[in-house]
Amino acid sequence: MKTAWNDLRAVVGAGHVRAGSELDAVDVFIPQMVVEPANAEEIAHALKIATDAGLRVIPCGGTTKRDWGNPLRHDGQSGELILSTRRSNRVVEHAWGDMTATVEAGCTFQQLQKTLAEHGQRLALDPLWPERATIGGILATNDSGPLRIRFGSLRDLIIGITLALPDGTLAKSGGKVVKNVAGYDLPKLATGSLGTLGMITQAIFRLHPIPRETRTLSFASSEGLTSGRESLHDLVLAIQDCNMVPTGVQMRAASSPTENELHEVDVRFEGTTAGCEAQIEQTLRMASGARRIEAPADVWNARSTLWTGVEPSAICKFSLVPTEIASFLGLIRKVSRSPSLHWRLVAQAVGVGLLRLEGNDNATLLSALEDLRKQVESRGGSLVILRCPLEIKSKMDVWGSASDALPLMKSIKARFDPRGTLNPGRFVGGI
Amino acid sequence: MEARILDQFRAIVGRGLITETSQLHTYECDGLTNFRVLPQAVLLPALTAEVQAIVQICQREKIPFVARGSGTGLSGGALPVDKGIVISLARMNRILEVDLLNARVVAEPGVINADVTQRVAPHGYFYAPDPSSQSVCSIGGNVAENSGGAHCLKYGFTTTHVLALEVVLPDGSIVHLGSRALDRPGYDLPGIFVGSEGTLGIATKVVLRIVKKPAVIQTLLAAFNTTEEAGAAVSGIIGAGMLPAAIEMMDNLAIQAAEASVHAGYPDCGGLLLVELDGPAAEVEHLIEEVSAICTQCGAWEIRVAQSEAERAVFWKGRKAAFAAMGRISPNYIVQDGVIPRTALPKVLSEIERMSAAAGLRVANVFHAGDGNLHPLVLYDGRIAGQEERAMELSINILRLCVQCGGSITGEHGVGEEKKMMMGEMFAEPDLATMQLVRCAFDPEQLSNPGKVFPRTRFCAERTGPYQPHPLEVAGVAQFF
Repeated sequence: MKTAWNDLRAVVGAGHVRAGSELDAVDVFIPQMVVEPANAEEIAHALKIATDAGLRVIPCGGTTKRDWGNPLRHDGQSGELILSTRRSNRVVEHAWGDMTATVEAGCTFQQLQKTLAEHGQRLALDPLWPERATIGGILATNDSGPLRIRFGSLRDLIIGITLALPDGTLAKSGGKVVKNVAGYDLPKLATGSLGTLGMITQAIFRLHPIPRETRTLSFASSEGLTSGRESLHDLVLAIQDCNMVPTGVQMRAASSPTENELHEVDVRFEGTTAGCEAQIEQTLRMASGARRIEAPADVWNARSTLWTGVEPSAICKFSLVPTEIASFLGLIRKVSRSPSLHWRLVAQAVGVGLLRLEGNDNATLLSALEDLRKQVESRGGSLVILRCPLEIKSKMDVWGSASDALPLMKSIKARFDPRGTLNPGRFVGGI
Repeated sequence: MEARILDQFRAIVGRGLITETSQLHTYECDGLTNFRVLPQAVLLPALTAEVQAIVQICQREKIPFVARGSGTGLSGGALPVDKGIVISLARMNRILEVDLLNARVVAEPGVINADVTQRVAPHGYFYAPDPSSQSVCSIGGNVAENSGGAHCLKYGFTTTHVLALEVVLPDGSIVHLGSRALDRPGYDLPGIFVGSEGTLGIATKVVLRIVKKPAVIQTLLAAFNTTEEAGAAVSGIIGAGMLPAAIEMMDNLAIQAAEASVHAGYPDCGGLLLVELDGPAAEVEHLIEEVSAICTQCGAWEIRVAQSEAERAVFWKGRKAAFAAMGRISPNYIVQDGVIPRTALPKVLSEIERMSAAAGLRVANVFHAGDGNLHPLVLYDGRIAGQEERAMELSINILRLCVQCGGSITGEHGVGEEKKMMMGEMFAEPDLATMQLVRCAFDPEQLSNPGKVFPRTRFCAERTGPYQPHPLEVAGVAQFF
């Protein structure tokens, strides 16, 4: 193993290999080394050295979502290292005439957007913590926000990828053109794979123009009235069932000590002034039963506020078909009634959202989560735990039940990473 | 094929087994007719369980199989393989469920693309992918090819609109990929399956996403003296921050053919643009004025905005008929499907002109200009000795040019049989070896549409990484090209 560390130093430079500390902990596990290669070639080379030496590799970007996934499976025998993309962070090319951009995995989202904005363009995505989150990490965790109602999620925006495989292969798939069906779509396979197949070293995206105008409307349910809440849910569905084209429709809700649980809905339009105004008028007509409120500042970033609050807590990503969101709220109410739990959620109209549950102790949280997941899965949805106390993680698979496609997923993993180098145990079904 | 195997097939599909040579000829090619292979048998299952039973026999007996939809593919993806069978999904053509509130439709693979839209249109929805063959092509075929169409510039491709699939894997098991709800935990298997050209298994059920019809659609037709001017207008439109539903371009030769065929009333010009905008009325009305102004600035001498649905249909008729219309001006032609970064258009068009002159063959250009998808039609006369070979060479060289400009060898027709030899020009050996890892995970014995997409058959036991000759190659027993 010592030889491997020396080999790694030789590849990336001694100054870019350091011992892991508490600050680098994944859950509570502290990897022995943190290696920071400068580019794709060094990443691939480092991966090969690690694989050959039987080391485990934890790919890492901006560290904002480092704890997502199941606890790392480790046997105490093999060493573990963090392979960071931090230094490989350039915007390689902004082909603004073609509306595409090529970017290295370690580039932060904010840095990319800043570069694209120079030519009036953007990557039409609104991930969590854009100032720190990197392109590689956002892709590996498939993070997306309210914009997806109009622009889709990462799978609809990524057009090319370079992957470093555990055997040191650097492989490209896709390309620099939006329309391309040559070969298998590896950009989609890598998106959301939590770094378990290969390390993303570079990605190519299709871009969209920065809108000329953006307008947001917010509504709240009347206090204490179930009918008011229902009409707000109906509004969310109605907006999707009409021919307006919002670029954000989200619902915010939170538990309340009284029966006055408050629900709020935000709707956003982008485009020409005339287009925005016409759609705002149409929305106001449709929302005649709801109370219009001043949109809170930074309301489209409301998801990130779920990371602060009282501990212990669990933060989950849920997904259901859109019509199930209302009944999902009913389920949350039910599981958090006794013993009493506090909750807050931000749900996108497309059926995906984040939920924060706060309890008095881990046992209460665990049982509520198990209950909720069972109900969500029986409705064809999923409940993934993004952050929770380690005790809960050790008792509950954060991803939920695997489908009948799990053997196929395991077979893909075995082909890409036969020695189990990358993030062992952290993904779906123990992958 | 051995009688005992045919008996087993007959026990599954009954009269849905074709073995008569005269009938088998129907299935010997798809829309790319210059490649033909007679299958051993054609099976027409009506149920998922029947597809599964057939594949299980194929697995046991090591019989390669090719799934087939309507057979309209343009790259030979549904071309039968030697000693193999064809599994036609044409009888599995039911729309199983329409869930309007969640904008989902569940369809069997044999459902015709346009029938999905027809079914949901009364409720104000449509199915967005619209390949020109949409009145005959099937959803299963669209899934295999990741079909596009004129409107994918704004709405995306088939892969954007497939949320989940039921698939019979090459080992005969049934799996469910994706889900009706978004972001199912795990690898994005629908993402890898859609566009895999039948090499990973057979889809037997598809959950589609449908889209609400836009409030207003406006279509503008603009005539320019040259394709350069038309190309400049496209850049101007995109540069102004607009995302039209479609931008189509045709050159003079394509216009002549379309006129001779369907009389769309196109102006006789060097470069024709069709621009379609959709969305809220207030927005579209404003933007169509802007598009019009940009076209005028770039030299358009005639601009028409369709005043009715009927007129809009006529605008599109010429474009959608363009491929077939070539028959009016040339006895034979080859359709290509290259993609280039939009900004390379002037360079590529002038280079094609040069290459066309050098080869002594005419090339008509029909172009999804918004997303850089070029359909050069190489015209030739197969009765003249040597012309077909020259036409093939020219069309391959045009694809090569697309790759050199940073583009792709196929935007929507697929690699299939036709372009597999070009894959090596677009991808390096490690790239192809990595794609092959996926293939081996799904189909380790390579029974599902073998020999397509990739330039050479690769054994799944081979090592990945830098190219290593297979032991059979070293021993001189087999050669790979």
